[in-house]
Amino acid sequence: MQDLTSLVTEALGEVAGCADLAALDDARVRWLGKKGVLTEQLKSLGGLPAAERPAAGQRINEAKERVQAAIEARREALTRAEVERQLNAGRIDVTLPGRGEQRGGLHPVTLARLRIEEICRRAGFEVATGPEIEDDFHNFEALNFAPNHPARAMHDTFYFPDGRLLRTHTSPVQIRALLAKGAPIAIVAPGRVYRCDSDMTHSPMFHQLEGLKVGENISFANMKAALHGFLQAFFERDLAMRLRPSYFPFTEPSAEVDMSCVFCEGKGCRTCKYTGWLEISGCGMVHPNVLRASGIDAERYTGYAWGMGIDRLAMLRYGVNDLRHFFENDLRFLEQFRAL
Amino acid sequence: MRIPYSWLGEWVRVPWSPQELGSRLTMAGLELDALEPAAPAFTGVVIAEILSAEKHPQADKLRVCSVSTGQGAPLQIVCGAANARAGLKSALAVVGAKLPGDLGIKAAKLRGVESAGMLCSTKELGLADASSGIVELPSDAPVGKDLRDYLALDEMILELNITPNRGDAMSVIGVAREVAALSGGQVNAPALPTAQAPGPAAERDTLGVHLDAPAGCPKFVGRIVRSVDNKSATPVWMRERLRRAGVRSISPVVDVTNYVMLELGQPMHAYDLAKLSGEIHARLARAGESITLLDGKMVEVQPDVLLITDGAGPIGIAGIMGGQRTSVSADTTDVFFEAAYFAPDAVIGRAMRWSLTTDASQRFERGVDPSQQEHAVERATALLLSMAGGQAGAISVQRSDEHLPARPAVALRRRQLARLLGIGFEDARVRASLEGLQMSVQPTEEGWRVTPPPHRFDIAIEADLIEEVGRIVGFEAIPEADAEVPQHFGSLPSAQAPEWAVLEELALRGYYEAITYAFVDPQLQARLFPDVPASALANPIASDLSVMRVSLWPGLLKAALDNQRRQQDRIRLFEHGARFLATEGKGLDATREIETLAGIACGHRLPEQWGLPPDMREPVDFFDVKADVEALLAATGAQAAFTFEPQALSCLHPGRAARLLRRGVPVGWLGELHPSLVKALEFTYAPVLFELDIEAALAVDRPAYHEFSRFPQVRRDLAVVLDESVALSSLTERVTFTASGLLRDLRVFDVYRGSGVEAGRKSVALGLIFQDISRTLTEDDVASTMAAIVADLRVSLNAKIRE
Repeated sequence: MQDLTSLVTEALGEVAGCADLAALDDARVRWLGKKGVLTEQLKSLGGLPAAERPAAGQRINEAKERVQAAIEARREALTRAEVERQLNAGRIDVTLPGRGEQRGGLHPVTLARLRIEEICRRAGFEVATGPEIEDDFHNFEALNFAPNHPARAMHDTFYFPDGRLLRTHTSPVQIRALLAKGAPIAIVAPGRVYRCDSDMTHSPMFHQLEGLKVGENISFANMKAALHGFLQAFFERDLAMRLRPSYFPFTEPSAEVDMSCVFCEGKGCRTCKYTGWLEISGCGMVHPNVLRASGIDAERYTGYAWGMGIDRLAMLRYGVNDLRHFFENDLRFLEQFRAL
Repeated sequence: MRIPYSWLGEWVRVPWSPQELGSRLTMAGLELDALEPAAPAFTGVVIAEILSAEKHPQADKLRVCSVSTGQGAPLQIVCGAANARAGLKSALAVVGAKLPGDLGIKAAKLRGVESAGMLCSTKELGLADASSGIVELPSDAPVGKDLRDYLALDEMILELNITPNRGDAMSVIGVAREVAALSGGQVNAPALPTAQAPGPAAERDTLGVHLDAPAGCPKFVGRIVRSVDNKSATPVWMRERLRRAGVRSISPVVDVTNYVMLELGQPMHAYDLAKLSGEIHARLARAGESITLLDGKMVEVQPDVLLITDGAGPIGIAGIMGGQRTSVSADTTDVFFEAAYFAPDAVIGRAMRWSLTTDASQRFERGVDPSQQEHAVERATALLLSMAGGQAGAISVQRSDEHLPARPAVALRRRQLARLLGIGFEDARVRASLEGLQMSVQPTEEGWRVTPPPHRFDIAIEADLIEEVGRIVGFEAIPEADAEVPQHFGSLPSAQAPEWAVLEELALRGYYEAITYAFVDPQLQARLFPDVPASALANPIASDLSVMRVSLWPGLLKAALDNQRRQQDRIRLFEHGARFLATEGKGLDATREIETLAGIACGHRLPEQWGLPPDMREPVDFFDVKADVEALLAATGAQAAFTFEPQALSCLHPGRAARLLRRGVPVGWLGELHPSLVKALEFTYAPVLFELDIEAALAVDRPAYHEFSRFPQVRRDLAVVLDESVALSSLTERVTFTASGLLRDLRVFDVYRGSGVEAGRKSVALGLIFQDISRTLTEDDVASTMAAIVADLRVSLNAKIRE
């Protein structure tokens, strides 16, 4: 019988030197297999006196267990190393961009419009629409513009040869909605409107929003609260608002709506021409003639209406400084509005 | 309307600074547009007298002047103005003066001659945009006095934006009335020198006036003034006021009429009496009549135009502009003043026909006080006589009372005022507000009966009075109050896809939303859609924006080209909005407006990126965009209802165009731009376009649950060789038909042409997924179905099965 201790030392050395699982398995077979070196040692027990056998057997078994434990430990280490190696080989550069299509986006005027619609819906206003080609009745007459009224000239109307026209404001939707649904009513009507005017601050096509609320006791005070509430909701801040008397044929009393400048908080800047105020809307109590033209009892019902430029609201919200950007469809501009 | 602060101060005590006045007026409805100084800042400019003016020894156009400033020795000033002459009093910028534009005046040598300052023109002083020669001051101007003090230049001018309902505020007196109403003050007409009482001879010196069209001209006040020196200079104070109000000084007679118009709001006209023949008529134009106006323009007048005529024909268009033939010149000595009331309806809209807007037409269109014509003539006469001498004849007044505007009383109910404004005010406050506006107020049981003054044309109904009360009390005095909200639930039609969701679908697929004009270039549109009638505008803003779009493609193509020009090599745009189809109908039915969603894609299939197989780096094609359209269609829940039918459209590639049908009804187009257009429009890559009628194409079918199979599915692949002419839709139709209920899904996983497939044929590889709702399919089930499919395809489509 060889010296058991030196055998174990030799076996442990070999196990430790195994570089991979295959080599380790070979080592296991060589030392612990059926015909392994240590297994063979057990067979030699028969040559020993009976009294010595148990002690010798135990020593051999202990030697086998030590080698077995070393093999397991080595196996575990090798397995771990293999996993580690595979993971390392599978490493990628996570900073590379994702594959496939990239998101586009909505137009900022649409984003502003959808926001306005949502805010108004929450306050009980339904969204209404109307045609862009209108007739004189809906665009002017029913809105109390007398023929040849100077206010008509201020509208720079696009006409068709047969007298139809491109609506100059979204106010005709008031008439259509009142004729169709009667009172009480609360609507907002966004849409494209047209005036033959084009320069830095005017586009021949732009976007307006008309609001209308008619009921049995709708007052100027209600209108003030609604407009102020709307502006605070749209701009997400506390801001001052004031109404200035003005004139529109279809409202009486009429007012221009100013809000404190969102850029300078009312202190005065270029945008507000150093007045601290931004003109944002026109409004007023629906003129009795308009109610009558729409088949509404003007003694029973009162109402307010307002109109505002969606493009202007979008410009203020996003800090766009030139109206013309909205209609040039430059991708370098549009790409700035991918956010929802 | 430009109102010098000091002029206003002559008519009413203004208890506010110009800034404060401006904001008070703004908050009362007369919006301050601008507040400007009467002159830009300058210093060191004094009144000086030219004692002598000699030719410059070295320069033909320069003069060497000896100029007195009233103290010390005369100064030597070199001046280039032609009007620099001995005896003239002018404006001298002395050494050390600062002129507008940050110009400092220093002693200088001009062509070798010393100059101790500069004689100034009105332009150099910032008092005019253009001028010829140096300032000419009257002979009594005090030499040595600072010019700013002499001309009282240190004041502010309010530029007010007057709304069209407030013609009464287009004058100094009108604004003064507002100030009085807001401040609780009184309007005080300045004391006027009245014209000397005409003698008996003058009493008879009148010109006959006939109101032939009394509805349009119910009042005409005239006066003859003889022996006027119209060559004399208008006094500096009046010239300055006119200038500050934005009116050019012309001659005493013309200046006086303009001055009265600015002050009282009453447009006036002065005729050269010597050029008038016979009596004056205010009548409607006759067919074919024309007149040459003051500005030299000849215009034809229609029968609804009110004319002023004499024995020889028209001498003016009433309320708009006088005629050239009888106009006043420097040589005029005898004038005939006209101050009339022309009804707004007789003036409105006329001036526009000749692209005119005059100070007179603006006022008459909005309404001129019908009670003050006599006063205006008196004012003009007194001013003219004091400036240019002359003898006034008697004032003659022609009027037709029944045609003059009435001012009926309007009832104002206390309850309605509180109801409309949302707040009531004390009776005394309501009454004071209205009376401050010169309305006469009678109490009644329910409130008041209010009679507006003659100058107010905008008070006809109760709401007008409520506005006046609100305006004077101040809109800020009205609180904010929530309305009682009815519990009304609006309908939410499920067939209508939420707009944002549709737009977002395209945004997620890489498209940006564009907004293009609804009017487009008729040439481009006709090239794309030669057979589609379009509605043309009568007054387009530009010839390339003159017809309504029949499709969103013209706008999108232009937007894509613009972006291509800006070096964008991958463009995906969509738009939604109306397109406009001309129809046979009348009125509003003559055009059909269709809400449309359209898109364009050109350039690379995907954004440039790493790790793409080569075929994904190709330009976008029909099928890429078809997938985008199909994504939209899938969102309707009715994908099976849609078919793409090959159909030609002139602007699309004939082999790559499809009409989209929903249950057989056309709802859109998809296709590649026709190669000839790709070339003509200079696209780098052929764009693929789609267009959908939103309502018809994208209406949502509400999802309805149905039982689904829980049994295993079986897949069989099948490669069939077909003639090129056989559309995939025919193949799937046959397979689906033959497989009847067992086919759950059909996938096309390859279309192959080339070796192994005869020319003119193609191989299509299908993955067929079989599944039954109630049991597990057996091998026999699938095999017999496959056999049936194969047998059918051989016969129906002349297919060969690839093994």
